[in-house]
Amino acid sequence: MNDIWAGLSSAFWLVVTGDPDLIEITLRSLQVSLTALVIASAIALPFGTWLAIRRFRFRRTAIAVLNAMMGLPPVVVGLIVYLLLSRSGPFGVFGLLFTPSAMIIAQVIIITPLIASITHQAMRDLWAEYHDLLISLNTTPRQRILTLILDGRRALLTAALAGFGRAIGEVGAIMIVGGNIDHATRVLTTAIALETGKGDFALALGLGFVLIALALGVNLIIHALSRTEREGRW
Amino acid sequence: MVTSVLPVQMRNVCIRKRGKTLLGPVSLTLGPTGFTIVLGPNGAGKTTLLKALHGLERLSEGTVEWSAPGDVSRTKQAYVFQHPVMLRRSVRANLAYPLETLRVPKGEVDAAVTSWAGRIGLTDALDRPAAGLSGGEKQKLALARALIRTPEVLFLDEPCSNLDGRSVKEIEALLLAAHRAGTRLVMATHDLGQARRLATDILFLFKGSIHEAAPAPVVFDAPQTSELKSFLNGDILE
Repeated sequence: MNDIWAGLSSAFWLVVTGDPDLIEITLRSLQVSLTALVIASAIALPFGTWLAIRRFRFRRTAIAVLNAMMGLPPVVVGLIVYLLLSRSGPFGVFGLLFTPSAMIIAQVIIITPLIASITHQAMRDLWAEYHDLLISLNTTPRQRILTLILDGRRALLTAALAGFGRAIGEVGAIMIVGGNIDHATRVLTTAIALETGKGDFALALGLGFVLIALALGVNLIIHALSRTEREGRW
Repeated sequence: MVTSVLPVQMRNVCIRKRGKTLLGPVSLTLGPTGFTIVLGPNGAGKTTLLKALHGLERLSEGTVEWSAPGDVSRTKQAYVFQHPVMLRRSVRANLAYPLETLRVPKGEVDAAVTSWAGRIGLTDALDRPAAGLSGGEKQKLALARALIRTPEVLFLDEPCSNLDGRSVKEIEALLLAAHRAGTRLVMATHDLGQARRLATDILFLFKGSIHEAAPAPVVFDAPQTSELKSFLNGDILE
């Protein structure tokens, strides 16, 4: 119990004094996860919607694979991205290993299936509602996808926030491809893992509370900006 | 020169789902003018027939041929569903949607939306979410949204079921106005009173096939088949 109190007071002082290291790794956490979220959403929202409205031969298989990929172990994703980006790997020439870019790539791979799968579930219901009308109006597939994304934006927000939650709290993959290098690729989760390993529980807990506050804060800000949960809006 | 999409010809159309024949074989021709009422009890295939004409059903057999090529004929048709589909948007956005998807300039869209909102009495509700409208208002909105593209053919699938007298009267007035403006109307109903008020032609469907097709006065005065006779008498057909 003492450790938790020490962690709370440590977190309090870290935040109040505006510890430069804390600010740096917090911003890097945000930068990596938000960039990954934007890229993953740009892929997963249209893809999940397309999957909901398009009938093709291996649709069931594709959906099953997508759902299974929600459970991709981050460590394995990290390992594979590591091998691809390492000097001897196919993308070694870009020199991306141990940079924030590598961490973003790994996170995109981890959260895209999650966002796409939740999107698909939500869009399938909306499509059932809109199907007859949009077919009757002779809309193009592109117009159908855009209409569904626009009118189902609340469900898509949930999908995106689930993706963000997984990205910001993820440690296995970014530890491997980022390397937890101080002032280069250290983020909140990898720092917590390091401090716990060193036995500095107070600092680790302090960082942990900052991480939780960050996740909560981003969620609340996005909800406030998109005015969800208010009467008369979708 | 605007080519008409009519007449439309349906040849030997059959629609089967899970081994059950829902419609057919049906052959019919719809000419360029008129207000056709498709009569028949529940499950007779009225909805399936309308959807097949409109292209929403996969045909198991037969063909539906419009007089204009595919894309042209599709944008000249509109369909009002039995349960109106409301986009999760404002009334204004619902009305504008069919024109926006055709990339009509914004000024023209606004003018059409304002004009139609006035005609259906929803001017004050333009910025309200469409999902919050009453049943009658939703159906009027769906009708206006179907007519806003000024279609040549309008299909209606029991648009007045579950509506009270006042809403029915308003919708019938809009339909008669569209009919006078030259829109070809094809409407399914099992309400005989409504059929008598509106129809110029009657198609009587029973168990998936057309039992009678004739001008309305002929059908009402001298029904040929026993099924239609008992339907007009208000008997329950089985």
